[in-house]
Amino acid sequence: MTAWSERTRRRSRILVVTALTLLLLSACSDGGPSILEPRSEVGERIERLWWLTFWTSVVVVVVVTAFILRAVQRGRRPPPEGDEDAVDKRPVPWGERFIVIAGLVVSGAILAATFAYSLTELNAMAEPPEEPTMEIEVVGRNWWWEARYPNGAVTANEIHIPVGQAVEVKLSTADVIHSFWVPQLNVKQDQVPGMDNRMWLLAEEPGRYRGQCTEYCGLQHARMVFYVEAQPPSEFEQWLAREAAPAAPQADGPAAAGRDIFLASSCAGCHSVRGTTAAGTLGPDLTHLVSRKTIGAGLLPLTRDNLADFVLNAQDAKPGASMPPTEIAPDQLSALVDYLMTLE
Amino acid sequence: MTTVVEPGPKEELSEELDETWHAPRGLGEWISTVDHKRIGMRYFYTGMVFFVIGGVQSLLMRMQLAGPDLELLNPEAYDQLFTMHGLTMMFLFAMPVLSGFGNYFVPLMIGARDMAFPRLNAFGYWVLLGAGIFMYSSFFIGQAPNAGWFNYVPLAGEEFTPGINIDFYTLGLIFLGISSTGGAINFIVTIFKLRAPGMTLKRIPIFVWGELAMALQIVFALPALSLGAILLTLERKFGFHFFNTEGGGDPLLWQHLFWIFGHPEVYIVALPGFGIASAVIPTWCRRPMVGYTYIVIGELAVALVGFGVWVHHMFAVGLPNVTVSFISLASFMVAIPSGIQVFAWLATLVSGRPKLSTPTLFVLGFIIIFVVGGVTGVMFAAVALDQALHDTYFVVAHLHYVLVGSAVFPIFAAIYHWGPKMTGRILNDQWGKVSFWLMFVGFNLAFFPQHILGLLGMPRRVYTYEEGLGWDALNLASTIGAFMLALGILVTFVNWYTSKARGPVAGNDPWKGETLEWYTSSPPPHYNFVTVPTVKSREPMWDQPELAEGFQAPPDGGRSLTGGHVTLSTSMLDARPQAVVHMPHASPWPFWLSVAMTVLFFFLLVEWWILAIVAFLACVSGMVGWYWPRNQTQET
Amino acid sequence: MAGDTHALTIAETGMPGEVLPETATGPRSFSWWGMVWLIATEATLFAILLASYFYLRFRHGVEWPPEHIHAPKLELPLIMTAILWSSSYPVHLAEKGIEKGNQRRLKWGLAAGFLLGAIFLFITLAFEWPETLHEFTPRTNAYGSMFFTITGFHLSHVIIGLSVSLFTQFRAWKGAFDERRHVSVQNFAMYWHFVDVVWLFVLLSVYLSPHLE
Repeated sequence: MTAWSERTRRRSRILVVTALTLLLLSACSDGGPSILEPRSEVGERIERLWWLTFWTSVVVVVVVTAFILRAVQRGRRPPPEGDEDAVDKRPVPWGERFIVIAGLVVSGAILAATFAYSLTELNAMAEPPEEPTMEIEVVGRNWWWEARYPNGAVTANEIHIPVGQAVEVKLSTADVIHSFWVPQLNVKQDQVPGMDNRMWLLAEEPGRYRGQCTEYCGLQHARMVFYVEAQPPSEFEQWLAREAAPAAPQADGPAAAGRDIFLASSCAGCHSVRGTTAAGTLGPDLTHLVSRKTIGAGLLPLTRDNLADFVLNAQDAKPGASMPPTEIAPDQLSALVDYLMTLE
Repeated sequence: MTTVVEPGPKEELSEELDETWHAPRGLGEWISTVDHKRIGMRYFYTGMVFFVIGGVQSLLMRMQLAGPDLELLNPEAYDQLFTMHGLTMMFLFAMPVLSGFGNYFVPLMIGARDMAFPRLNAFGYWVLLGAGIFMYSSFFIGQAPNAGWFNYVPLAGEEFTPGINIDFYTLGLIFLGISSTGGAINFIVTIFKLRAPGMTLKRIPIFVWGELAMALQIVFALPALSLGAILLTLERKFGFHFFNTEGGGDPLLWQHLFWIFGHPEVYIVALPGFGIASAVIPTWCRRPMVGYTYIVIGELAVALVGFGVWVHHMFAVGLPNVTVSFISLASFMVAIPSGIQVFAWLATLVSGRPKLSTPTLFVLGFIIIFVVGGVTGVMFAAVALDQALHDTYFVVAHLHYVLVGSAVFPIFAAIYHWGPKMTGRILNDQWGKVSFWLMFVGFNLAFFPQHILGLLGMPRRVYTYEEGLGWDALNLASTIGAFMLALGILVTFVNWYTSKARGPVAGNDPWKGETLEWYTSSPPPHYNFVTVPTVKSREPMWDQPELAEGFQAPPDGGRSLTGGHVTLSTSMLDARPQAVVHMPHASPWPFWLSVAMTVLFFFLLVEWWILAIVAFLACVSGMVGWYWPRNQTQET
Repeated sequence: MAGDTHALTIAETGMPGEVLPETATGPRSFSWWGMVWLIATEATLFAILLASYFYLRFRHGVEWPPEHIHAPKLELPLIMTAILWSSSYPVHLAEKGIEKGNQRRLKWGLAAGFLLGAIFLFITLAFEWPETLHEFTPRTNAYGSMFFTITGFHLSHVIIGLSVSLFTQFRAWKGAFDERRHVSVQNFAMYWHFVDVVWLFVLLSVYLSPHLE
């Protein structure tokens, strides 16, 4: 009996220690899209709220566990008068008072305080500290993200914003419900058909912040990643101006042949390259494809080989995606990819 | 009636009752039995089979997620698995098993000879089985529901899921709803009208209160789901417009309908689990429950406030902050009645002398796990934090702490606590403890890391993830924990199976319990009790020695009711005897009706309208057969 | 059949000297409570359905009914209302009649109630719906879907009520009821009144509310 509950205690202690260590270790890891490494004021508010509720929770769980260990200890005492089955019917004078104080008064006070605090945080987060400098429209699509800027720039899956300036994000969807979330910058907001949802982003440090769709949206929900690139304002302005410009015209050479293939094939039915006749709207705008670091909504690094494979059969990397496999001769594919690699 | 040795009054009465209630074994009897204990066992076993199926699904998913970019499952398979896992665990495991214990033990704990509507009870089971088969048949054609258990439109609409996957979901849930509603009404009326004389409201066992609170929630919550499923069927199959924006509908309407049901559903699963804890604790602590009234009020308050918080599943859809703040307040408030129950359990445990048996361990484990699930639930009530953690693995961790905590652990406590009553044999306690520790450690290893995964930004319902995000080790730990949990569950199954055959004989009352289920043999006879007892306290088995001895003779208040296939009807508040009620005999019609309905739903699924009409007529024939006036059917 | 159950109206419980009735009506019986809770869950279903109607209406904006559909004409629905509501009275008489053992009142009350309900059903299927279908169908838009779903739901309850009525009348003619045993009549009456009360809310929301600006 004694050995057994010694074991219990040791095990639960190990469990708690392991759990907390894991938690703290994870909080220190970097590179991941952790809400514990915020890079915005809103993110910091959320992190504070998290640690507040976390430590409150720890206290509650510890208190409850202490009661349980106390009960276990009592259970090991020998029964009065040696009768294992004797029922103790004496009233517990402190019982109901304890239930009311612990369950209603103390819990109620903690809950009320947490509610009040969370409400002030919610209100503080509702509006950006300053007027947004720009509105970016982000359209969720199966299964990638389209970003449209007021100056006509259109890009996909990599949303650039200026550091230190609030930008408003207008959220809509072209198909099912998606949810826009950049853990280090803000809370999430759903993109619901028929609703005009908005949020704002204000990154305090330059960086590349990972975001992901958080409303289950079908087969490739897992592969619906995007990045927010927070750049110093001057760099951002340059980027924005370049993105708005049409694609550079091609001289002769393999790239020009690739362009002709692109325009003559089904590619142009779904993709746009501004400055050419390709004006499809189903797939990502490719005008400045090579300015992006990934393809397939954060799926693969943008390299010549990955691009070639993706064009040949996107279904390999992303089963269920709208882009069908392409029937194309190897030399033609090469020319096509040459062309795509010029879209800077 | 021939008597050899001079029989005592108890033996004489039981012989007479045996003759009235005797049921010959055979296929005909097997499909037409209305005995609440056999039906309860069926609910239990069927639910456990679905538990295994749902568990295997979760292990497959955990294997797929054990490392980054694994390709064990393709996305379509993964989506079907997580959808069916949710549906199975909620509708085909937790609800049936908890209803099974309710079916078995509510009549026993209140001193009744059966449920109020025995044929409806049988029907409810057959419909559950039919609906389970209906939903699972989707796997055989590879088209199981795949839009998640909350099945959001427009993803679940005709346009984005044109196959019949979702029709299995909508029709299956409409069908299953018939079973749950009938069962709920049966529980309510049974608890209102069939309590033993003297069992006033203040003497009702807490488990029975828990089943009552669950039944009330089903009555008022389930219509929202059934309606949503009907509207979605009309939209998908007949081109109506409710949820699609082109036709003037609104996808959020589905979310409201689903969560008006879906949040109370959590309590539908949790409240009977709380009730099991409240049945186990006093027996094993050798002390009456401290704060009975608080627990009962707590259960009913959870049931009530649980209806006001559904919008907290929708904090990220873009609702006005005012709405969101009110729901946030209600969500904070719902923690209080749950907390009160926890502190009442703690007070009883600390003032008692808990024997560390397997049932006690499972209840202690339940309390810790449920409290962890509760405090993370409070985090979701804080809107800003909810909007950050919503739809991440933090939610997956939270909901498993709540549901596995408040349903699975109590169910396993009940297996060890009540199993002897159901099978007549005591389960092995040592193996029970092994099972507990594997389950407890395995569970925490499987689900605690998922909290951290959520904080690290991992969304739920993803079939894979890329490496380099800090998610790999935690996912691997979770997978290992899941297998450990499964192993622990397996130990109990083996234990049940072997103990059932070879365990020590239980006798009437192996644990010296306080409630009436221990006032009869294990397993109980068809008529449950030789005499329907008169109850004089909340813990009758502790306070009335004649009950503990196994026979309350008529002069002491026991009523033998030997005049036919009858039970006693008592008044709702103070349980005074009002009438002797003739109970229906075994009937094949509930089985026939449910078979006809299963066939009907299949024809609706494949849209063979003519055959659907034929099946409908078969259903009508079933109802007519059921209600056809017979001599034995009294007007009650 | 009737003969031998009539005799059995009290039973011994096994407690020395205690006898209790073998029949129960109203809140003393099981099935009465069963009906109460069935109605509770059905009423919830209707409440949520009507709430969904208003939800879509208010999400839709100012124009309701949308897309130049006219607000429903009221003459026929008001006549139907009068017919349906008047059917509750004979059903009530039937119930009160059998409580006093009046078989004639039971049979005629049920029959009259059935007839009025059947007329309501007939008018809906023969005039009200066909006329409405000229203007819009359930597939036209959410308004049309809601209109036909709500009225259809109610109508299905009328049909169920009529079926139960037929069954109860059949039993009444067989002499199954008397002043002690008539809970089936009470349950049917309760259900029928419920169907009538629901109609009030259907009338207010589907027919009258679109006329309010």
